Amino acid sequence: MIDSAILEAFFEECEDLLVALSDGLADMRDGNADSETVNAVFRSVHSIKGAAGAFNLDELVGFAHTFETVLDELRANRLSTDDTLLRVLQRAGDILADLVDAARDQVPADRAQVDPALSELQSFLGTSVAEEEEFVFEALTLSIDGPERLGSYLIQFQPGRAFYATGNDPALLISALQDLGPVQVHAETSGLTDDLTSLQWDEGYLTWKVELADQKNDLAIRDVFQFVDDLCDLQVTEIFDNAPAAQIDVTAVLPETPPEIGTLLGQTEEPATIKADKPEKNQKRTASTLRVDPERVDRLINAVGELIINQSVISQRIAEAQLPNSSELHGDLDDYKLLAREIQEGVMAIRAQPVKPLFQRMLRIAREAAEATGKYVDLVTEGEATEVDKIVVERLADPLTHMIRNAIDHGIETSAIRAESGKPSTGTLRLTASQRSGSIVIEIIDDGAGLNRARIKETAVTKGLVAADALLSEQEIDHLLFAPGFSTAKEVTNLSGRGVGMDVVKTAITALGGRVAISSVKGKGTTFSITLPLTLAVMDGMIIHVGGQTMVVPIASILETIRPAKADLSQIGLHNHLLRIRGEYVPIIDLAERLGVSPCSDALTDRVLLLIQTEVAGQCALAVDDILDQRQVVVKSMQGSYGEIAGISGATILGDGKIALIIDPDAISAPPTSDLKSHLQTQRDFAHAAT
Amino acid sequence: MSAHILAIDDSRTIRALLTSTLEAAGFAVTTAVDGVDGVEKFQSANADLVITDLNMPNKDGFGVINDIRSGAVNRAVPVLVLTTESGAALKNRARQAGATGWIVKPFDDDALVSVIKRLTGA
Amino acid sequence: MQQLDDQKAASQIEFVTLVAGGQSFCIEITQIREIRRWSPVTLLPHTPSFVLGVINLRGAVIPIFDLAAKLGFSPIEPTERHVMIITAVEDRIVGLLVESVSEILGVSADMVRETPRGSEDPTTLAVRGVIPVEDDMIKIISLDALIPQSVSAAA
Repeated sequence: MIDSAILEAFFEECEDLLVALSDGLADMRDGNADSETVNAVFRSVHSIKGAAGAFNLDELVGFAHTFETVLDELRANRLSTDDTLLRVLQRAGDILADLVDAARDQVPADRAQVDPALSELQSFLGTSVAEEEEFVFEALTLSIDGPERLGSYLIQFQPGRAFYATGNDPALLISALQDLGPVQVHAETSGLTDDLTSLQWDEGYLTWKVELADQKNDLAIRDVFQFVDDLCDLQVTEIFDNAPAAQIDVTAVLPETPPEIGTLLGQTEEPATIKADKPEKNQKRTASTLRVDPERVDRLINAVGELIINQSVISQRIAEAQLPNSSELHGDLDDYKLLAREIQEGVMAIRAQPVKPLFQRMLRIAREAAEATGKYVDLVTEGEATEVDKIVVERLADPLTHMIRNAIDHGIETSAIRAESGKPSTGTLRLTASQRSGSIVIEIIDDGAGLNRARIKETAVTKGLVAADALLSEQEIDHLLFAPGFSTAKEVTNLSGRGVGMDVVKTAITALGGRVAISSVKGKGTTFSITLPLTLAVMDGMIIHVGGQTMVVPIASILETIRPAKADLSQIGLHNHLLRIRGEYVPIIDLAERLGVSPCSDALTDRVLLLIQTEVAGQCALAVDDILDQRQVVVKSMQGSYGEIAGISGATILGDGKIALIIDPDAISAPPTSDLKSHLQTQRDFAHAAT
Repeated sequence: MSAHILAIDDSRTIRALLTSTLEAAGFAVTTAVDGVDGVEKFQSANADLVITDLNMPNKDGFGVINDIRSGAVNRAVPVLVLTTESGAALKNRARQAGATGWIVKPFDDDALVSVIKRLTGA
Repeated sequence: MQQLDDQKAASQIEFVTLVAGGQSFCIEITQIREIRRWSPVTLLPHTPSFVLGVINLRGAVIPIFDLAAKLGFSPIEPTERHVMIITAVEDRIVGLLVESVSEILGVSADMVRETPRGSEDPTTLAVRGVIPVEDDMIKIISLDALIPQSVSAAA
């Protein structure tokens, strides 16, 4: 009966609840908690348990139940929030998440992890909590004659005030009895007075007597009255045909001591010691959401992409038609552009998600990594609300996990070493997300020892990635981390080394159209900076002419466009031209030559240079024939039947329907003569041949 | 005309399960995401029965029942509380609050439907 | 027996026949999306010589191969009279430049013969069967062999 859509919705809901749980626990740890926080944490676990029960996820329900009980004790102020308890609760939160995952993947939970956490929780419960008193209604069927036979029962009930106050209706009860068998109903009106005006509308004055035949026993009858048996003076007696109505009392079996209503109801009082409630928190409305099929969103995004192209086409045609400036068409076209932009932004925002859940997962990864390596690390997150395309969020999980583990394993020093250098014994790892001019920047910043460049170079030489005597800049050494097959094998801890190297991280990020940069200061720390395009499909591009072709260079890569004066140009040897800019010399790369298209015969001074920042080679200037325009382009995937094309990252369709290739500035500017690059290229070729 | 049920629970999974079960049984279902939403929707829902969770943010089940029983609209409507707790303590609390009956989570589809049918005369 | 023969004859396969490198070939019609006149392509840098470039097909960027060059013949000098066959295999769409397209040929499955094994040259490797028709032998092109899955898909 449970369909998979609801099950899926359950797991999605669990994710949200686990995030709320983690938030609440974090607040409690930071001392920012009030009674509402504790309540919210309780409710998160309670909700997971409640819903999980519907799907018979017993392991999950079992653990959640104990977790919830401890939280209940906490919110009733029978436990105090000390460090030990908080640690246990946080651990329990992690285990709960694991159990949800296990349930989703339909594998048994790892008892070796779950059981210790469970005992820890139980240690806070001790023996002081009374076992839940099950109100067990045991009906005793007294059979006087041996064989089963059908009997008749007399049911008598007199609804009182409480009966009516709780929304019950005698007519419905009688109707339900009617469903059980043939009935005869009498109403005893002796309770009524003649003076009808003195009657209360919500008081009961009538006694109902119902004779019900053909019953095996009184269980079904009791069931009908299950909610009201003590609200209406219920009496159910069996009627015997040939004997006077012998009253055989069938009474319920009650627990020995009646529950202490007073003390139990007292649980709902607000404990006085907790900080005053923040009113804003209580007013938090649950955000209303809409569930959408991702395929529909993708189609919509494609259609919007076409819309942008179409708008370009129209712009071009209008320009070609050379209408007088006074034509209203120009104004209309501007409106069209604005609308198209708005729609595009709106559609892109549909797929955008805050990085918060992703960062939350990283908190846990950091905690576990710190524990595993015996180091003390605080993971601080910033910019959790930054929104990123859903696909990007999904594909960042693995790279980020690896980088965080790496930072803790290799970056942050042990507290002993840190103390020696005068650093606080707890290391700080910052995970930030921000939007910067059309890109998303995610940074992992540690205050550890910084990259050990000597060791990196040594390892690279040992692995044959660089020649022993190669002269490498600090940047180039740093980037060796991303070379395939680099991982420092002798330090493969069970943590960061699982055959996953930083090169896989780089590949994943490049596949998203992003870049990774490293900056590190010995003794101070290392920063990894990931830049990702804001949207996958649309990009701001500079339309250029090169070798008779029209191509596009991503604006995000261009630092400056320069029309060089003769004085700015110099040369080394026959072929290497340099540009002097602000006192520095920057190599000039002829784009036409790199692409293998017909080179321009114009002198450099008649052409345009694009100053770009590359990952490895620092800055360089791409020489193109001319620049035309700057505009948004829709990135079209190439069908890829002929493998990668060096230097090209995609294609777009221009306003006139022509195709313009999109240049990958990093790849195109890679100097083909350096030892390092050719080594890496050889590696890549071997890797491809091997697959 | 089929009976109209207002289901109030902050868990979207439970809301989905209730809707699925009750609609399959021929009831019309409106859902609300917490106590405040529930009381609001109740005013115009013309519900024949209300199912409400107890533990909810912003206003819990008891608050909901209290508002309904002291409100102007449809105050004698049957109300079922949906809860994971059981035991005498709960029964008394529910009673005190004015609930007509209770269903323990995880609920049995058939039991839920038959109780609702009985309470609404459907 | 009679029934079996009828069944075999009934299973007709349709091919589009074409000429490339002066020889006759054909492609199963289910793999063909459309047939267009040759139109200028956008060049791609650093690609093998049989890759002519890409075209804009209703908003999608599609590569065009010179079929003759790919099969080892001398490359075609495309003019307006030449034709592009847009083929689709799984999710790969590729256009093939050919000299001309002849007709739609319907044959029954039993008329297809195995490719005679000779020396392994690019043409033989790309052919998955032959159909004798009058004096001619029409070679069936295997798109899978011609356009394999991209190895570098992972990167």
